[in-house]
Amino acid sequence: MISPSHFTAVVLFALFVSTVFGITMRDSPRRMFRYGIYCFAMFCCSAIVLSWLMNLIAR
Amino acid sequence: MATTPNRNTAAAPGAASQSGFVYLPLIAGWLIPGAGHFLLRKWYRGALLAASIIGMFALGLAMQGKLYSGAHDILDLLGLAGDLGNGLIYVLSRAAGLGAESVQVTVADWGTRFIVVAGMLNIISAIDAHNLRTGRKSL
Repeated sequence: MISPSHFTAVVLFALFVSTVFGITMRDSPRRMFRYGIYCFAMFCCSAIVLSWLMNLIAR
Repeated sequence: MATTPNRNTAAAPGAASQSGFVYLPLIAGWLIPGAGHFLLRKWYRGALLAASIIGMFALGLAMQGKLYSGAHDILDLLGLAGDLGNGLIYVLSRAAGLGAESVQVTVADWGTRFIVVAGMLNIISAIDAHNLRTGRKSL
């Protein structure tokens, strides 16, 4: 059994989902790559922002 | 009176040149991740999709994720629907006895979500292969 940290799990999730989103939602390889990078960044950034928000709310 | 051209009709000549069962990439893509794109000779796209979906499924199993086997309530039914999206790898994993019976630790909960999301991503990629086959999406 592997036990990744929460952040590692988020990054892995974002990587796989962004790859599929990029390939299926855009037509040309260049646009696929750019959309995949965009999705990956949005997944990771939103996870970090929401984590800090929850941390502040919990105090 | 001017009429707008139908996009499907405009893309049809490329798709019409391919013979065979129209739904084959859809079904193959559902049963085996990436197979729909392989049938359409989209080797890199198919390989990336297969690696992503199978990788996500395998990580879910490695995290002791649960494979849904029955629908006892509505949430189980949704989980089962997501798991079934994985196609043959779900059937083979069930036959091999992989996956936890119940979620015991937090990591196993993440693993369960990984498996369900892998199934939904596989459905998206199979539909993408179908759209490529019918000409709805440009090759």
